[in-house]
Amino acid sequence: MSEQALFVVQRISAAILAPMVLVHLGLILVAVEGGLSAEEILSRTRDNAGWALFYGLFVVSAAVHAPIGVRNILREWTRLGWKAIDGLAMVTCILLLVLGMSAVIAVF
Amino acid sequence: MEKANSLRIRVWRGGESGYWAEYALIARDNQTVLDVVTEIQRKHEPSLAYRFACRVGVCGSCAMTVNGQPRWTCRTHVKNVANDGQLTIEPLRNLPRIKDLVCDLEPFIDTWQRAGAIFQGRSSRSDPPQKVDPGSNPRKQADSALQCINCAVCYSACDVVHWNRRYLGPAALNRVWTLLNDERHSEQEKTFSKAFSRDGCSSCHSHGNCARFCPVELSPASSIAGLKGMAFSGSRSRLVNE
Repeated sequence: MSEQALFVVQRISAAILAPMVLVHLGLILVAVEGGLSAEEILSRTRDNAGWALFYGLFVVSAAVHAPIGVRNILREWTRLGWKAIDGLAMVTCILLLVLGMSAVIAVF
Repeated sequence: MEKANSLRIRVWRGGESGYWAEYALIARDNQTVLDVVTEIQRKHEPSLAYRFACRVGVCGSCAMTVNGQPRWTCRTHVKNVANDGQLTIEPLRNLPRIKDLVCDLEPFIDTWQRAGAIFQGRSSRSDPPQKVDPGSNPRKQADSALQCINCAVCYSACDVVHWNRRYLGPAALNRVWTLLNDERHSEQEKTFSKAFSRDGCSSCHSHGNCARFCPVELSPASSIAGLKGMAFSGSRSRLVNE
């Protein structure tokens, strides 16, 4: 993927994440009001396609956005070559995607 | 009173490794940092190496780091930068040190080549000069980024260059911005792709140090922001003749 494409993808994913993070933070504040238990969380998420779609998109956006930032940080702060940097960024992407989607599927 | 009329100057001597030499000079009403360096060389230290040419802020040769900040020394008055009568003068940051106050500008010049910041016309010398509408938006955009004197102050001020020496840097990308707004430039796509290559304009963090320290008050940060915007619109759509 070209630098231009990565730049565009990172900005678009940031634009998607910005309002989602606010909703996510709001949800945390509301959710803990009634006590935080597995039953309480599952009662909200089980068979709820809306929340599954919301957090599915959240995970995909984060898995796209964060590794591009990690790539830039590695370039600026380490002496690694592009091959290693791109490899580590891809590992970060896959890790976020697998862990995030596993969590979304587990509570659906 | 004696203290008010004196200057204590610390000057870097040597290359990458070296030492600080200290000099005491008489403070004058009107003197630039370059005047101070010249006085040291002529009266105290004949072997002191430094660069200058025009002495009037046109050539961009005399940039140095003064009290930790990059400056064009020929237009920097001592009274505006001295800290309690003290000046610390060293070569520009982010560039290899050759001797004393002289740094190697090759990495800086190299960025211009790598960024594709080279004008390529559409017509030959036998053709009449191509007309450019001074009121067109691209011409106005280019206008705001012209008059760079290549002093490397922005390159020295840039933290991203400090972290990643392969980054193209503010001066070269500012020049690219003028070319991409120049309808006479024939290699728009090539220049754009070079500017957006690895370690190109998308590496900029928009700190704005380049604009803050540019002695001729350009804003390379704004030019780079314009280049980033082209990632969405493409360079081709900007110019009528593309």
